[in-house]
Amino acid sequence: MSLRDNPFGEIRVPLVWTAGVALIVAVVVAAALLLGDRRETFRNEAYGVTREVSDAVSAPVTGVVSAPLHWLGSLSSAVGNYFFAVSENRRLRQQLEAAAALEQEVLSLRDLNERYSDLLGLQTNPPIPMVSARVVADARGPFANTRLANAGRERNVRIGNPVMSEHGLVGRVVGVTRGASRVLMLTDIASRTPVMVDRTNARAILTGDGGPNPKLDYLRGQDPVKEGDRIVTSGDGGLMPRGLPVGVAVRGVDGAWRVVLSADSEAVDFVRILLFEDFSQLVDQEELNAPSEPPANNALPAVGVTSPPPPSPSAAAPEARAPAQKAPATRAPAPKAPAARPPAQKAPAQPTPAPAAEPPPPALEPVF
Amino acid sequence: MSLAAGRLDPLSWLGLPILQCLLATLLFSLPIRVFGWGLPEPVFCMAPAFAWAVIRPSILAPFGVLFMGLFLDLFWGGPMGLWALSLLVAYGAVLGARSMMVGQSRPMMWIWFAVACAVAELVAFLITQLTARATPNLLAVLWQFLATILLYPFAHRLIDRFDDADVRFR
Repeated sequence: MSLRDNPFGEIRVPLVWTAGVALIVAVVVAAALLLGDRRETFRNEAYGVTREVSDAVSAPVTGVVSAPLHWLGSLSSAVGNYFFAVSENRRLRQQLEAAAALEQEVLSLRDLNERYSDLLGLQTNPPIPMVSARVVADARGPFANTRLANAGRERNVRIGNPVMSEHGLVGRVVGVTRGASRVLMLTDIASRTPVMVDRTNARAILTGDGGPNPKLDYLRGQDPVKEGDRIVTSGDGGLMPRGLPVGVAVRGVDGAWRVVLSADSEAVDFVRILLFEDFSQLVDQEELNAPSEPPANNALPAVGVTSPPPPSPSAAAPEARAPAQKAPATRAPAPKAPAARPPAQKAPAQPTPAPAAEPPPPALEPVF
Repeated sequence: MSLAAGRLDPLSWLGLPILQCLLATLLFSLPIRVFGWGLPEPVFCMAPAFAWAVIRPSILAPFGVLFMGLFLDLFWGGPMGLWALSLLVAYGAVLGARSMMVGQSRPMMWIWFAVACAVAELVAFLITQLTARATPNLLAVLWQFLATILLYPFAHRLIDRFDDADVRFR
């Protein structure tokens, strides 16, 4: 039927226009949401209520759907174990012989390490508490690589906590709600993780690109890495503990150094969330970002080579500095000030070495 | 309103495909491996987005596409609006070119579907490049594209079922 013969031809044009307007409205809504998205900041407030609700609903649903598959997987591995018990037994015997040889070496090294630590007065890191969780959903596309784990706020999981499988680092938590937490994989395009080469201690940033093997960016030094080098977390920036296994370095087809992730060797179905408090969680963000109030002139410490020294230690007594200590922005550095003063008072290069004979300056002005 | 248009009730040609796509996305997100390989991650929502644009222009369809895109963003944990915008751009492109597509053979329509998928992937690629300030892995994008174009039979089924439902847009 041609358009000319179509009795509804007159209605067609307005309908196309309204459909076009509906499309434009939908595009504007999508663009506005995209522009307002602050997912890349990885902060609690940026994750948003919508995402939290979505995760809280998705986690139990996918958990129920994936449960039969987990049972099926357990069943198939049980069948495999039954049929391959002899070869497995042979392999384990060989592994046990190798482990027995290593055991004595490990014990003597541990003893030596403890003695060195005692001699140097080293403070070793305390053990990190962890929470086990099951992965219930898995996004593995080129634009988002995340997992949904079924442990959330009720088990003290917080944004920034590192996540590991039994083989190595998987990623870190970027969103938490009750009963679920969203894990950003190391392979996600927004993932940046400070790592180091175990052999050379060379630092790098592990950069995800949506593919299975993230890149080693910002490598420094001459030949800092070679094929097969073990990559571990460096702990730089305080975001992650040092020394978590990440993977093995390989040269990619594009010539860049990449990492074959240890966690990729098997399906990541169970994970351990390390309740590690990073630097950003420990500091008081509000206090850190609070605008500093300019202190009163008479309370300014005299810091500078040419400034006159304070008349006596009693002039810098706590009661004279009390108003300055009450300012919220100067609370942290205030206790350190007295310790920094004595060397300045003892400086021999001061042109006026008799403070007791001269009247004290009316006000201590800073000299820059 | 024609009698034929009555068959295009929103529940059957919009609601049901949306539900099917959401379920398929959920099933393919399960963390299982088959012979050591993870499941592919096709964009199931491309099939109805393409079919709706081919069947006829609609006021509800863009909002259906928007809803599916937002679901993908929330469920996959990507930037909010990424897939919503990508799918809508592909939907708009197909809607603009539907007069060329309508009535063509199945292999030809499959090629058109591949072009629409390429448009959606390209938009998602560019948005990700802008927001993450990094280039997504091209091989990973290619895998997702190939997995998605295999879904054309689902889109064809939808087109076959509702193509003749509204004679005004033939």
